[in-house]
Amino acid sequence: MAVCIAVIAKENYPLYIRSVPTQNELKFHYTVHTSLDVVEEKISAVGKALGDQRELYLGLLYPTEDYKVYGYVTNSKVKFVIVVDSSNTSLRDNEIRSMFRKLHNSFTDVMCNPFHNPGDPIQSKAFDGIVSGMMVQTG
Amino acid sequence: MRSCLSSLSSQQLPREPMEWRRTYGRAPKMIHLEANFVQFKEELLPKDGNKALLTFPFLHIYWTDCCDTEAYKTSVKEDMSRWQNSLRVHGSADWVIIVVETNDTKKKNKTNILPRSSIVDKIRSDFCNKQNDRCVVLSDPLKDSSRSQESWNSLLLKLRTLLLMSFTKNLGRFEDDMRTLREKRTQPGWSFCEYFMVQEELAFVFEMLQQFEDALVQYDELDALFTQYVLNFGAGDTANWLGSFCAPVRCWNGLLLRRPIDMEKRDGIQRGEASLLDLRSYLFSRQCTLLIFLQRPWEVTQRALELLHNCVQELRLLEVSVLEGALDCWVFLSCLEVLHRIEGCCDQAQLAANCSHTVGLWAYATDKLKSLGELCGLVSDKGPTSEDLNRTVDLLAGLGDERPETVNSLQSPYKKLKEALSSVEAFERHYLELSHAAMEMYRAISRMRSARLVGKSLAEFYMRKGDPERAEAFLQEALKSYVSEGWSLPVTHTRKQIAECQKLLGRTEDYLQTSALLAGDVNLTTEERKHFCQEILTFASKSGDQSQKVSLSMGVFAQLTRLQFCPATASVHSGAVLKVELTLRCLMPVSVRIQQLAASIHFDLEHGGTHGRLKGAQRQTNPGTVDFIHSSSSAGPPSSAGGPSLELDEIQDRSPSDNSLNSTGVVCKNTHLIMRRHDSSSPSDTPNCVSPLAVTMKEEAQMLKVQDVMLEPGNNSIVFTAPSGQPGTYTLRQLCATVGQVQFVLPHIYPSVQYEVYSQEPQLTVEPLSEPLLAGLPQMVKFTLLTGHYTVKKGDALQLSNTDSMPILPSASCSARISNTAEMSDSSVFVLSIQSSEKVTSISLPSTPPYHTLEFQLEVLCIIPSGSEIRKPMEPPQKYGKLFDEVHCVFPQMSIDCPWSIYSTLLALTFYIPFKTKHSLLSAGNRKYIQVCVQNVSDVNFTLAEVKLTEKQHASLELQSLNTKTQQLLCSKHSVFCLWEVRWKDDLPSCLQCVFSANFSPFNQDVSAFKPFHYQFQLERVTTLYSVRAEILPPPGEQYCRSGFLCGLEVCITRLTEPAEGETGEDSKTDTDGLRTTKLMYEVADSSSNWAVCGKSSGMVSMPMTSNATHKVQIEVMPLFAGHLPFPKIKVLKYLPHTAPVAIQSDPDSCVEDTLSLLDKPLDDQGDTASIRSRGSVHSVGSNEQQQQKGVAMPRLEPFSPGQVFNHSHARQVLVLPATDDHIMEVNAT
Repeated sequence: MAVCIAVIAKENYPLYIRSVPTQNELKFHYTVHTSLDVVEEKISAVGKALGDQRELYLGLLYPTEDYKVYGYVTNSKVKFVIVVDSSNTSLRDNEIRSMFRKLHNSFTDVMCNPFHNPGDPIQSKAFDGIVSGMMVQTG
Repeated sequence: MRSCLSSLSSQQLPREPMEWRRTYGRAPKMIHLEANFVQFKEELLPKDGNKALLTFPFLHIYWTDCCDTEAYKTSVKEDMSRWQNSLRVHGSADWVIIVVETNDTKKKNKTNILPRSSIVDKIRSDFCNKQNDRCVVLSDPLKDSSRSQESWNSLLLKLRTLLLMSFTKNLGRFEDDMRTLREKRTQPGWSFCEYFMVQEELAFVFEMLQQFEDALVQYDELDALFTQYVLNFGAGDTANWLGSFCAPVRCWNGLLLRRPIDMEKRDGIQRGEASLLDLRSYLFSRQCTLLIFLQRPWEVTQRALELLHNCVQELRLLEVSVLEGALDCWVFLSCLEVLHRIEGCCDQAQLAANCSHTVGLWAYATDKLKSLGELCGLVSDKGPTSEDLNRTVDLLAGLGDERPETVNSLQSPYKKLKEALSSVEAFERHYLELSHAAMEMYRAISRMRSARLVGKSLAEFYMRKGDPERAEAFLQEALKSYVSEGWSLPVTHTRKQIAECQKLLGRTEDYLQTSALLAGDVNLTTEERKHFCQEILTFASKSGDQSQKVSLSMGVFAQLTRLQFCPATASVHSGAVLKVELTLRCLMPVSVRIQQLAASIHFDLEHGGTHGRLKGAQRQTNPGTVDFIHSSSSAGPPSSAGGPSLELDEIQDRSPSDNSLNSTGVVCKNTHLIMRRHDSSSPSDTPNCVSPLAVTMKEEAQMLKVQDVMLEPGNNSIVFTAPSGQPGTYTLRQLCATVGQVQFVLPHIYPSVQYEVYSQEPQLTVEPLSEPLLAGLPQMVKFTLLTGHYTVKKGDALQLSNTDSMPILPSASCSARISNTAEMSDSSVFVLSIQSSEKVTSISLPSTPPYHTLEFQLEVLCIIPSGSEIRKPMEPPQKYGKLFDEVHCVFPQMSIDCPWSIYSTLLALTFYIPFKTKHSLLSAGNRKYIQVCVQNVSDVNFTLAEVKLTEKQHASLELQSLNTKTQQLLCSKHSVFCLWEVRWKDDLPSCLQCVFSANFSPFNQDVSAFKPFHYQFQLERVTTLYSVRAEILPPPGEQYCRSGFLCGLEVCITRLTEPAEGETGEDSKTDTDGLRTTKLMYEVADSSSNWAVCGKSSGMVSMPMTSNATHKVQIEVMPLFAGHLPFPKIKVLKYLPHTAPVAIQSDPDSCVEDTLSLLDKPLDDQGDTASIRSRGSVHSVGSNEQQQQKGVAMPRLEPFSPGQVFNHSHARQVLVLPATDDHIMEVNAT
């Protein structure tokens, strides 16, 4: 499962970022932040290619030795980034896609909360739960 | 000759493409066949199980130039059948017999021209039963004739077809075999290496056929298969053959991509001795070769990166023991090898355009070199230790010797690595080169974040090398990006590194600024934060001269969250106490003692008048509390997102002609703020910016200061006492906290905070305690003195000038209340001493501090003026407009001398008279009654007592009261009527001067509270002059009147008294016959249309001047209805002939030129006009004189005063019967 899940606002600041194990948090922050380069590249490429906006899944953003970084962008340009351990070979594209879909659904729920101020960091138990379900169980 | 033919055909064979139809629905392809011609040997025929496809004999050709039937029969035929047999044994059905015919052989055969007896025919009949195409004739191959060309072409076509047929068949068989082999992979003895060789054979064939795509597919399949095995291994499913790949890695010399086929590695695989890296390397080198054939170099880079990552993972998965750093070497070499390979096949422009594909490899290589450097101790400034050197030697050993291909190139990956690991300097050179290359590329493809990350890593390297200056530049750049995008954790981390740099560089101010930021950073542990906080405090406590003072931005240290004024209006009079409470959120982890906290104030002298009270009231809109909104520096959206909020406004464009709406829209009023480029904004805009800003504390004349404050972490409340000396506006500009040598300065307090100090003139207001003030009763009046800046000293007194109309009632216990103007809470009570002299009432005030309110109440009485003394007010007060008409107000004026002013204050109070009085004269023949109506217009109930009416002039006159009650309740809005009969002895005077007086008090109060009320009025022409009697006579012979029938009306006018002296001159005239008569006009009018007056309804009578003179008039009237009908009204009017002068006493209202309009005027009005006349008689003179001069020379009518004409038949009724045949008439009518 994923080792890091991040939701990044349209303006590229993190709305939500969680990773396991926690001691590597900083590294994941750097990884996710750097992945925005590729996300932007892909978004602009999609924009040029006749703007088929329906495909939100950006695929593998870039692999590193230890991790694979996948991206997904909503129509409102909120980005989801999932980092998966490279050694975790059981995850195929389809699983990643469904993870993103689940994440997107939960994110939509958060946005529908009238008490949530769009643009604020996400502090939702339900969302947390969904994310936890997709993360590697530690311990 | 055979070899000659073979070479010819092998040259010509690939010239033309053939369509290759393939099994399994694969798309047909045009291919060029190429063949090797080999001498037939028995042992070359493939044995069973031989899988070599490359050397496979696809087509067997028997060449013969035999033209002699005999020779054929003896030797050739035998040879052929032997050949055929051996082919058949090996199951090969792909053969062809070529008969070469030359001209000379033909010539020989000229004799034997029998059909179907040529050699060819013979061969065909012998060998090719049903397969005629297996025998081909080639004529004159060496001659250059059209015939020979033709036969060559047909031969080649035949050869191609057959060859392809055979090839397809054999390839199909090969593929089937291969698949079968693959299906056996679960069996114990199966070996991947063997299978590898088989499938690679296929790949080779495809490659040979130029089908690189297909060749690549073979390798990709092998790749996938192998990967799957490794993954299965990870899942616990071990295959035996994998054992060889699990052997420890001994050689890490990287990929080799310069050879088309690395036979060395291939042999290794074939022998089953290859390591995982060998296999992967070989596989990739093949894929690389094919991809480059396919002109897809960028796929190579992409696959290379994947491969490298994958290999590292696979080695980990297979738990292959690798020397530490060996993989780094392998990856580094491989990256460079791939890059070199790509560079070799692309030009510079292509490379530059496809940076995005290669940059990953560059970055990866950089990364690996860095970790190698760290491993081998090449990064530390001390240089490698012996242990490091040992490790380096081990690593270099694993590289082996340089490959022959690159020995001569100066820039080979091998040489680079070797050199880099050889010395600290070389390593640095290579590392920097790589890093900069990677950064440049990232920048070129605008992957700025990645570039900065490389930069950060470079900075770390510089830090290790002890070069903080260079490191800082990279770190600052990275930090800027993290800050602008709001990534708090990277911000903290980078900032920590910067702090280290700055400390090393000795940039105290910057370091302190960064430390302050870090001390307030919630992402750090408390210990770390305390450390940074301590750094600041240590510096601050250092004793130093003033020049060493350091100014830092306040934002990093504490945030001003709230500012609260007390009083909340933020407006005080000069000298008053104004407290300002600041709420500072201290971001430090420990409590910090601040020597001084100061806020500078900008002072604006207030212009214009200082009407404190007015201004104070306006300031209510000024909130006493200002909240400062901060975007949290540590978490959440970056400052760019929390920029200025939109200020929108609606605009409407209306057409000028008809004001209809053309368009409407929304405009942004602060575009200049929002549209400002964020990256170019000055650093002071971002509170968490890196570079410390040049904050200076401007010295202002006035400061809010607090000494020695302890700021605890979190919210702190600090109270200042604001200076309030001079009146004006004070704006808080800056805030500065001083901790030893360190000053934290907030350069601008925004939104701006102001407070007002005003100065106020003393003010005295007098207002009724309760509205409205009623005249005639003691009323409480409230005096309010706002002292303003004036101090009321002991002995100061208010001097009130007395007026007769409004005496001030002395009161024993008159007390004053003194309270603070600003806070209404505390008040003290003092007793006032009031001294009255004849003209002045002096009220001595208690001493009152400035800006206090002194309140006291006085009881005053406004005496109701009687009659004509009532003055009209300048403007009737609106709020009592309905209640009191304007004539019922009194405006006594009082002037007050105040100790603070040389001018006396005039006070105007409006008192309202509670009663409205009306009088009327009532007559009954000669008897006269006076009725007075008192209407209570106030809201208070009164008791009315001792109602009295007196006449002033005529003592003989007696007014007998007909009122029974001595006391009467007069409720609010109600009236009381009083009646007197006038009795006289000799003559009734024509004019009466009456005074109505009564005592009144509010209801339910004792007798002592009664106050007098007077009402003067005058009655004129009281005497009854004429009496009018009317009688209705039924038609003759009838007892009653009937409706619709004429009856007679007899009017009898009688003079009762002789006219008085004055009257004769006015309205009588001496007739020609000498008799003195008065002309009267009568008129019968029925306003309710009960009667129809037939004939003359009005007429003139001359009344003799003698008493009891009577005049009778007969008029015919007809009742229109049946029932008790009131008599028609009979009016009697004075007729003034045109010669007569206009009567002086005529009312302006009745002065109308038109006779008829006067006739229309109802008699009822006369009551009113009389009362008006009684008061207005004096005033109306002037206007009438003017009227007179205008000279209206017309006969005029003038009504009598009420009481002058008495109508006996007033309100009488007569019975009228209905007409008898009414209903019949109705029937007739229909």
